[in-house]
Amino acid sequence: MVYLTRKAEFAASHYYHNPNFTAEENQRIFGKCNNPNGHGHNYTLEVTVKGEINPQSGFVVDLKELKEVLNREVLDAMDHRFLNKEVPEFFAKVPTTENLAIVAWQRLAPKLKAAQLHRVRVYETPDLFADFYGEA
Amino acid sequence: MKAYLTRRYRFSASHRLHSPEMSAEENRAAYGKCNNPYGHGHNYFLEVTVSGQVAENTGMVCNLADLDGFVKAEIVEKFDLQNLNTMQEFADVVPTTENLCVTLYQILQRGFSQAHLEKIRVEETMMNSFEYAGGGKIRH
Repeated sequence: MVYLTRKAEFAASHYYHNPNFTAEENQRIFGKCNNPNGHGHNYTLEVTVKGEINPQSGFVVDLKELKEVLNREVLDAMDHRFLNKEVPEFFAKVPTTENLAIVAWQRLAPKLKAAQLHRVRVYETPDLFADFYGEA
Repeated sequence: MKAYLTRRYRFSASHRLHSPEMSAEENRAAYGKCNNPYGHGHNYFLEVTVSGQVAENTGMVCNLADLDGFVKAEIVEKFDLQNLNTMQEFADVVPTTENLCVTLYQILQRGFSQAHLEKIRVEETMMNSFEYAGGGKIRH
């Protein structure tokens, strides 16, 4: 079994807000991140897939194909977007780093044919990242 | 759904690797340059990984403000710009990065209760790093 990781970058804005909380609760729990005008990050997405090496191609997965899926499913939807307002998953879900990793996984997993998704890692900044392995 | 959240912190400290149980020659042989009696310093990076269910209402494994508050008060404030050899934590153990890693893990394990502590990772330099999960399995 070989693990292969592809990296991509996207820039997006977001804010943290739960309409079921009062204004005070939102402020207390989310702090500065609750600013309704949003703020932005340069995100780095790392997608790790695993599989056996195809003896003919020498690949676990065709990187070009992986890149296309990544671009189509995640980057086209999120790059230079306001996540809360433009990505349907975040209409009712707070766009935290944890949820971004989960949403990226859910978008990618059904589209990857040759390889099995192992981990999605999302860096919000170089000092903060979330990992998701598809666990319930 | 279960996710893992990792936060990176930094602090700078000095240390000297020297064991009173070994002779001067043995110390020099074991620790080389790190045995210099005047000590030397590093810019350490600490990565703390917590895990758990992502809460439906907040989208979080744990509130980052809680983790930051704890690590800043209990680790960064106490270890930054210190000589590790003079600290109580290293009164009986050599302040190698292995021992530093275990010490920092124990501080978090004892005091941080808002999420499950998955593992920590300490970089002594860009060239070497150490991971500890209290004996638990380390997931990559």
